[in-house]
Amino acid sequence: MASIRLFVFLTLALVAGAIHAQQPPGTLAKIGRDGYITLGVREGSVPFSYLDDKGRFIGYSVDLCMKIVDEVKKRLNKPVEVRMTPVSASNRIPLMANGTIDLECGSTTNNADRAGQVAFSPTIFVIANRLLTRKTANIRSLADMKGKTLVATAGTTTLKQMTALNRERNLGMRIVIGKDHPESFLMLETNRAAAEANDDILLAAQVAGSKQPADYVIGSEALSLEPYGIMLRRGDPAFKEVVDAAIRAAFASPDFPRLYAKWFTSPIPPKGINLNVPMSPQLQKVVANPTDSPDPAAYR
Amino acid sequence: MDYNWNWAIFGELSPDGVNTYWQMLLSGLGWTLATSLAGWAMALLLGTLVGVARTLPQRWLRLVAGGYVELFRNVPLLVQMFLWFFVVPELLPRAAGDWLKALPQAPFVTAVVCLGFFTSARVAVQVAAGIDALAGGQAQAALALGLTRGQAYRHVLLPLAVRIVLPPLTSEFLNIIKNSSVALTIGLVELTASARAIQEFSFQVFEAYTAATVLYVLVNLVVTAGMHAVERRLALPGTLGKY
Repeated sequence: MASIRLFVFLTLALVAGAIHAQQPPGTLAKIGRDGYITLGVREGSVPFSYLDDKGRFIGYSVDLCMKIVDEVKKRLNKPVEVRMTPVSASNRIPLMANGTIDLECGSTTNNADRAGQVAFSPTIFVIANRLLTRKTANIRSLADMKGKTLVATAGTTTLKQMTALNRERNLGMRIVIGKDHPESFLMLETNRAAAEANDDILLAAQVAGSKQPADYVIGSEALSLEPYGIMLRRGDPAFKEVVDAAIRAAFASPDFPRLYAKWFTSPIPPKGINLNVPMSPQLQKVVANPTDSPDPAAYR
Repeated sequence: MDYNWNWAIFGELSPDGVNTYWQMLLSGLGWTLATSLAGWAMALLLGTLVGVARTLPQRWLRLVAGGYVELFRNVPLLVQMFLWFFVVPELLPRAAGDWLKALPQAPFVTAVVCLGFFTSARVAVQVAAGIDALAGGQAQAALALGLTRGQAYRHVLLPLAVRIVLPPLTSEFLNIIKNSSVALTIGLVELTASARAIQEFSFQVFEAYTAATVLYVLVNLVVTAGMHAVERRLALPGTLGKY
């Protein structure tokens, strides 16, 4: 019994300690003090943030984050070391909240729900949720999925949206969960699911990288419109201003079309696949008028 | 840490529109219990058989049992889960593979089989150790009394060995409950996966995992208490053991 009492006491002490932990200083001050900035990166979000064949994290979001790092160096007027920490869809928000990462450079949707825990840079990409299916399955829209198995990735807005749509439209779909994007695609590839729901750009990357790209088709039905942003801590206006300025400058730069083309319309490492996704009208609008609005209507 | 605590989240309705987050957590706990108990039953049965085989005089049987143990003990559980779920159905004949994948509870069945084999290897080692720990005279005395080898194991060796290895078996039981969380990688929505789902739907990470932690601890305290009761019940005065 004594050991149980001790255990309960220690647990309570731990929780109380966590609640009363010191508020951290602003991110900019923290980076200045420590001399390094930690970027949260993803291992499989092609072409935003992923590992190349030499084990380096590369991608469109990583490039944009490096522009923010340059701006941080300029503001602090001293060198800043860049550290990269792999994160997943599930742990990116807690790792941001507890100060492990300072920026998240992946493929993260900016939505109103998340605003309670984190903040976002101006929108860097606009996607639609769509279904990926085998051509032979003849699934044209979500309505054709009635009673079938759908896979979505843990921790994504897509999973939440599909759970809600399943109920609203009374589809009776069995929704299975992949722990990351590659596993979700594996579920589709091994016939464990009739369709994968995901962001269209990620689906395009999965198909382009698969063994039989010709077997798959991405649905034309857009189930949502979502803005991607670079995630930062909430309630840090000084750091948010630095991030915003860096992204605005990147968009305004004459180099931006080249940066876009590097990741979306040219062969990318490691396999030299070309995603062939030209800039959407929604993204063109954002680049001309940067905004960090989480409201999908702002991008229509 | 800059975090908005909201313990009221468990009373809110989840996006499936039917269950509250609290009910999601309880459903996860149910799958955790079902998976661990079914896996434990399988592990005890197979583990005892293989453990006995490791102590038999027939050399080939000992070799086969030893190979079994090394196979299931040395491959990480996460890898075994992946192999059973994604690789095994592809190796089977097409029809059998498709049947497996179409099972309504494929992740549950896979998780039970995988945990059962993995844990059985560990149980086998413990059972064999328990039998080896008995003085060699026990087996010879049993045989000299005219018991067959099967009767000697059933009436003398196993009952004594089980008493010796009950404490490590309790640990193994606790392990299988915790290990069942690995099944979330193949899509089984057990306790950890439910906590993760709550986090993903509501972004209240720490509340969700705190609740899951408390539930795991409670379940394991119940198991520990139950196993202690079994130990006391089975205790033989004058033999190994505390009671």
